[in-house]
Amino acid sequence: MTKKLLTGNEAVARGFWEAGGRVAVAYPGTPSTEITENAAKYEEIHAEWTPNEKVALEVGLGAAIGGARSLVSMKHVGLNVAADPLFTAAYTGINAGLVVVSADDPGMHSSQNEQDNRHYGRSAKLPVLEPSDSAEALAYTKIALQMSENFDTPVILRLTTRVSHSQSLAETGDREDVALREYKNDMAKYVMIPANARRRHEVVEQHLEDLAEYAETSRLNTVELKDTNIGIICSGAVYQYVKEAMPDVSVLKLGMVYPLPRKVITNFASRMKKLYVIEELDPFIEDIIKSWGIEVSGSDIFSPLGEIFPDDITSKIMGSEVTSGAERTGIPGRPPVMCAGCPHRGAFYAMKKLGLVVSGDIGCYTLGCLPPLSSMHSCICMGASIGVAHGLEKAQGRKFAKKTVAVLGESTFIHSGITGLINVVYNQSAVTTIILDNSTTAMTGHQHNPATGYNAKGAQSPVLDLEAMVKACGVEKVTVVDPLDVEAFAKVLRESLDFDGPAVIISRRPCVLLDKKSVPIPFNVDNETCIGCFICLKTGCPALEKKDNKAFVNPNQCVGCGLCSQVCPIDAISSKTQANLEEKGGAK
Amino acid sequence: MSKTSNILIVGVGGQGTILASRIIAKVVIDAGFDVKVSEIHGMSQRGGSVVTQVRFGEKVASPIIRPGTVDIIIAFEKLEALRWLGWLAPDGVVIVNTQEIFPMPVITGVAEYPSDVVETITKEAPKAYFLDALGLAMGAGNAKSANVVLLGKLSTLLSIPQEAWIEAIKTTVNARFLEVNLAAFAAGVAS
Repeated sequence: MTKKLLTGNEAVARGFWEAGGRVAVAYPGTPSTEITENAAKYEEIHAEWTPNEKVALEVGLGAAIGGARSLVSMKHVGLNVAADPLFTAAYTGINAGLVVVSADDPGMHSSQNEQDNRHYGRSAKLPVLEPSDSAEALAYTKIALQMSENFDTPVILRLTTRVSHSQSLAETGDREDVALREYKNDMAKYVMIPANARRRHEVVEQHLEDLAEYAETSRLNTVELKDTNIGIICSGAVYQYVKEAMPDVSVLKLGMVYPLPRKVITNFASRMKKLYVIEELDPFIEDIIKSWGIEVSGSDIFSPLGEIFPDDITSKIMGSEVTSGAERTGIPGRPPVMCAGCPHRGAFYAMKKLGLVVSGDIGCYTLGCLPPLSSMHSCICMGASIGVAHGLEKAQGRKFAKKTVAVLGESTFIHSGITGLINVVYNQSAVTTIILDNSTTAMTGHQHNPATGYNAKGAQSPVLDLEAMVKACGVEKVTVVDPLDVEAFAKVLRESLDFDGPAVIISRRPCVLLDKKSVPIPFNVDNETCIGCFICLKTGCPALEKKDNKAFVNPNQCVGCGLCSQVCPIDAISSKTQANLEEKGGAK
Repeated sequence: MSKTSNILIVGVGGQGTILASRIIAKVVIDAGFDVKVSEIHGMSQRGGSVVTQVRFGEKVASPIIRPGTVDIIIAFEKLEALRWLGWLAPDGVVIVNTQEIFPMPVITGVAEYPSDVVETITKEAPKAYFLDALGLAMGAGNAKSANVVLLGKLSTLLSIPQEAWIEAIKTTVNARFLEVNLAAFAAGVAS
């Protein structure tokens, strides 16, 4: 055993490996991505990026039925996509252990909503475990696999951003030798026709009762008895904040947040003068406890919005003042930006210039909504762009479609955009769809996808032919164009919008961050020629600045994509000469 | 040591704050401390304001630092130092890389980059060190080692032997850039 500094995500992958895990599956999503990235590093684990979370869970369930301990990981909204197999997997149960990780994002550091996925445990009738740091993330993953096999059910491991992405010390051990279980046909268990499902539902209810009984004695739920004037029930990252903020109060830490241990909670409550439940987002635990007639405070003083921090705990419970010192206001903010050389910039510059209504989607390109490009007018969920654009046309008419586009990345298109495109053809709108094919799933940290030609283990795989796929959907007008060729892109965009029927533009250029080898040749503004019109600044490139009322290219930031030189109306921006380059090399 | 020490590393996405936090964590673990590190990945990485929190001591519970209790802020960029200054403890120290990186509102002309950042920090911070980490890094042989220059300065403020830092750098950075990084560290120590 050695202690290692691990993120919560690394710890889950490690725990899975130590528990003899064999199959790890996911679609990338912050804050869950690194679980599968790390699982893929272990030789004994087969790891996959699947097109979306639904497929991931189906593969994980299949592998578990097939006798291999399996792990399926996703961000909270990913579980919405995977909800269909999730609910029925509770009925079928498993063969070898199956853990479903839901990494929630209170505070929405990188998400479109902050839904509380503990509710999925209750509604899908599955147990939910919630670790509070990396050591527990590792241990709970192992416990969850064992629990899954003992109770013949998938187990949800709920993380939050602060657990997934915080690093703390965890004991690591060796890999357990867990044999592959035999696969047996069992139609009554795995074929969920009504007659079988009715019988399985009885089994599910029995499992839940057994799990509730298990929760009463499980070491996952621990009582730390101290001052009994205040008792706090908590779980996950909040437990660590409670220990920080109020180290002297009594705490009931729930490592298992569904089903809850009624006797343990009732007993704890009876010994406390004043009882609180502190939980981020919804009053999930609180509502259940209240339904038992126990008096408890929580959602009456804590907000359902965002994260809870140590200072919130002391101020709400002790009435102490919140320490001053929030982020300074009155100075320029620093929002995230598309990188210098990002191919998306060219596409959004063209959309902005034509004043299009842009139905957007989830990815780096969502940054196209920010100034100065400000060209995204809706963004709902993975793959929604095409369906929303189609709906806009059905509401506003064909003329409106002529100034509307749907925009999404290739990974998002494969995830769930393609069904929207099939609908566009089937129900005959004239939506123009721009697929930003940058050869990677960039936003989550550059994972492979079916169109990149590599799999999660880094081995080569067949490349999905996007053009052929789009044509097979029935789209007649399909054009491939380089988004950093301003003139060509604008021409294709106008032609596609004018086309009276569905059109797809495949905007193809790899993410600028993928190229780690080329030495960038920065561009340069000729001060004599520059008229200070600052049209170049409208591209929103972080390498451009205003300097002495002229445009200036910061050579440390510029990667030489040349977009600014193409939009400059008087050709004042050009690539640096070879002589300048050598000078720069010499200065190193 | 019963008190938990709090270090806040602030900068702009892509500046190498994460590597810096990894080296600090290694140093304090080897010195026998418990440690927790919190950072946010994802959207904020793309050229946005980034923050990493490092806490170490006998036993650390929360990975999150309470505002007003930061012992040392290491700012990879001047404006970011100002943005997080309010988190400093009354006797806190701030190490500032004087490099300027214009945020998008400044580039587009909606906002102006304040001209008195150094003055404001000098006036408000209990103790502040300013250094041209980028220049020192370039002098050491690579602009990307500015993060290690700042760690050199940090090492002079913590009671952990320099050798421990050098050892951590050796095991953390790519061997190809080791010499540059050791030179950068020395430049930071001497600054």
